[in-house]
Amino acid sequence: MKGRRARSLLGTDQLTLPEITAILRLARRMDPRRPPRLLRGKRVVLLFYEPSTRTRTSFEFAAKALGATTTLITATSSSIERGESLIDTAWTVTSLGADIIVVRHPSSGAPYLLSRFIPVPIVNAGDGLHQHPSQALLDALTIMNHKKHLKGLRVVIVGDVFHSRVARSNAHLLSKFGAEVVFCGPPDLVPEVSATLAPGVLVSHDLDAALPGTDVVMSLRIQMERLAGKQIGVEDYIARYQVTPQRMQLAKSDAIVMHPGPIVRGLELANEVADGPQSCVHEQVANGVKTRMAILATVLKAGQ
Amino acid sequence: MKPKTEGNLLLIKGGRVIDPAGGIDREMDVLLRNQRVAELASPGALKARAHQTLNVKGCIVAPGFVDLHVHLREPGQSYKETIATGTAAAAAGGFTAVCAMPNTSPVNDSVEITRWMQAPERQSVARLFPIAAATAGSMGEKLTDFAALQEAGAVAVSDDGKPVLADRLMLDALRTAARLKLPVVQHAEDSRLTAGGSMNLGPTSFRLGLRGMPDVAESDVVRRDIALARETGAHLHVAHISTRDAMEAVRQAKRAGIRATAEVTPHHFTLIDENVADFDTHFKMNPPLRSKADRDAMIAGIADGTIDAIASDHAPHACHEKQVEFERAAFGIIGLETALPIAITVLYHHFKLPLWRIVQLLSSNPARLFSLDGLGTLTPGAHADVTIFDPKKKWTYDASQSRSKSRNTPYDGWSFTGKVIATIARGRVCYHD
Repeated sequence: MKGRRARSLLGTDQLTLPEITAILRLARRMDPRRPPRLLRGKRVVLLFYEPSTRTRTSFEFAAKALGATTTLITATSSSIERGESLIDTAWTVTSLGADIIVVRHPSSGAPYLLSRFIPVPIVNAGDGLHQHPSQALLDALTIMNHKKHLKGLRVVIVGDVFHSRVARSNAHLLSKFGAEVVFCGPPDLVPEVSATLAPGVLVSHDLDAALPGTDVVMSLRIQMERLAGKQIGVEDYIARYQVTPQRMQLAKSDAIVMHPGPIVRGLELANEVADGPQSCVHEQVANGVKTRMAILATVLKAGQ
Repeated sequence: MKPKTEGNLLLIKGGRVIDPAGGIDREMDVLLRNQRVAELASPGALKARAHQTLNVKGCIVAPGFVDLHVHLREPGQSYKETIATGTAAAAAGGFTAVCAMPNTSPVNDSVEITRWMQAPERQSVARLFPIAAATAGSMGEKLTDFAALQEAGAVAVSDDGKPVLADRLMLDALRTAARLKLPVVQHAEDSRLTAGGSMNLGPTSFRLGLRGMPDVAESDVVRRDIALARETGAHLHVAHISTRDAMEAVRQAKRAGIRATAEVTPHHFTLIDENVADFDTHFKMNPPLRSKADRDAMIAGIADGTIDAIASDHAPHACHEKQVEFERAAFGIIGLETALPIAITVLYHHFKLPLWRIVQLLSSNPARLFSLDGLGTLTPGAHADVTIFDPKKKWTYDASQSRSKSRNTPYDGWSFTGKVIATIARGRVCYHD
């Protein structure tokens, strides 16, 4: 969060270790029921060009908990529908007094475009296939609630890595802390080039072989139409890559299971795992609010 | 300065003349008369009383540069560029002749548009040679009337931006063009492999989450075209080559005596896909910036003669077409004013290529490739088109001062060594630093 785009949160690759640590430390101290009113009188605009449940809601709760007012702008209920450009829309909300713009967009890099032209902090709430930094930060918070350090952990990220901004943001962040990240899935969804993303990233097409020694199993959302597009049978995918109780036996006994949601039940995770003792999916959602409180407070403070 | 034209004598004094076509590389004075090169002589030897004298000590005096690949957007998209503004930018970049691609609106697939582009009303500062569409509307279905278009002034045919993919059609195009001695310029891209892509396929596209355009989409088409060129004996000209594999294909074709030539853009021998790093749409063009290995192959191809010409692929776009999401942004950058500075900075100062070779790539070669008679040389009797540049001058490019109507360049604020000092077209100084 330094330099020209000092106040924006665009991607985890641009964050330094101390910056990440500071956000996580702040997030841990955040209590949504007794929040510090750090954003009192501020206006947070949620500019959502894609549907979202948990990200949108948790940014909204986070902003309100800190005392800000929020406005949600979606693609279908605004001038966006009439063809207004992204920059013009962002300028409009800036002129209306936005102090922070939280943006979700189907095009990779859209928040970068805004940060180049718009003078208020931009928070990336997910851009195309590129990044979802607040998710990676809340995932790190969740992992650290269970593990002492991120350094040295083995994290298997299984699913449609190619199309996953969550995978990219997590890999950058975990790599910075010295964790070993294994991207796992069928070759069409986990191409070999994935290993070039960050230091310490490995690629595997065999989940059973990847799991031994694993501390964290992170399952990603699979879109059925993408399996069909790559001619991957659903049954075949489930047989090879679904995270099942049997497979979890291969990982470390204290391994945790995570999923950014929304879960397609019966496809990515077996129900016994999703609802089982190793699952952290609800904790992730709860940490989402705290983490986003910390993010909003951080970008606004840095901007003052 | 306000030079007169007809009958006037213009003396260029004290420069180092590099004229590859005439086999000259030494200090000479050059006299221009009546829009022609009149005489070259040792420094101080010319006694004619010139109406205008340019003292260009320390500068290179070269035949006017010829750009085989520009988009001037007229007719139809004059909000991006006009022939007048585009050729003014050309003059500022040392180009005295430009070949304008046909992807205008409507597409230049007719004698009427070909003539319209060359009409005096367009107020072209440099010489303008239209490249006509190879198929009607560049739709890839029916060939245009090559003979009539050639008669009207077209110097080549191309469906630039929309490659001719159908084998049979490309074969027919090459066969017809061969008969007329007309080059066929191919934008080599198998669009079936690049659909939805906005940058080179590789680690950077994966990291940025952008759909990639694989290098085989270019090299496959180049290989196919070379095979068809061998069949027909036609002159195939590969536009803006960008991949190592396509370069190798052209190298082999030349060794086999096939009439295949290639141009490269300054950006493809300078920049790489990693430059897209923060989604700056000024690094978005088609073909996309490739890997470092591909970029190095461009340099190697320039050095060993596989590359025939440097062409800018000057592609102006308005701000609102570039200041959008990366995937939605228009492909292309302006390049007429930065071609020479980049060539000198990168090829001469960094890679130590001789100035002779650079002048060849910018002037004598392109003029010869498209049979532009009397251009690309300073032999007495040739057209009085001269480019004078200082290979040592350091300067900073300021896009806001561009003569182009558009500002879509990745080089804004870049420092270069090497600058055009004066450009003379038809015996008239049309640009002076």
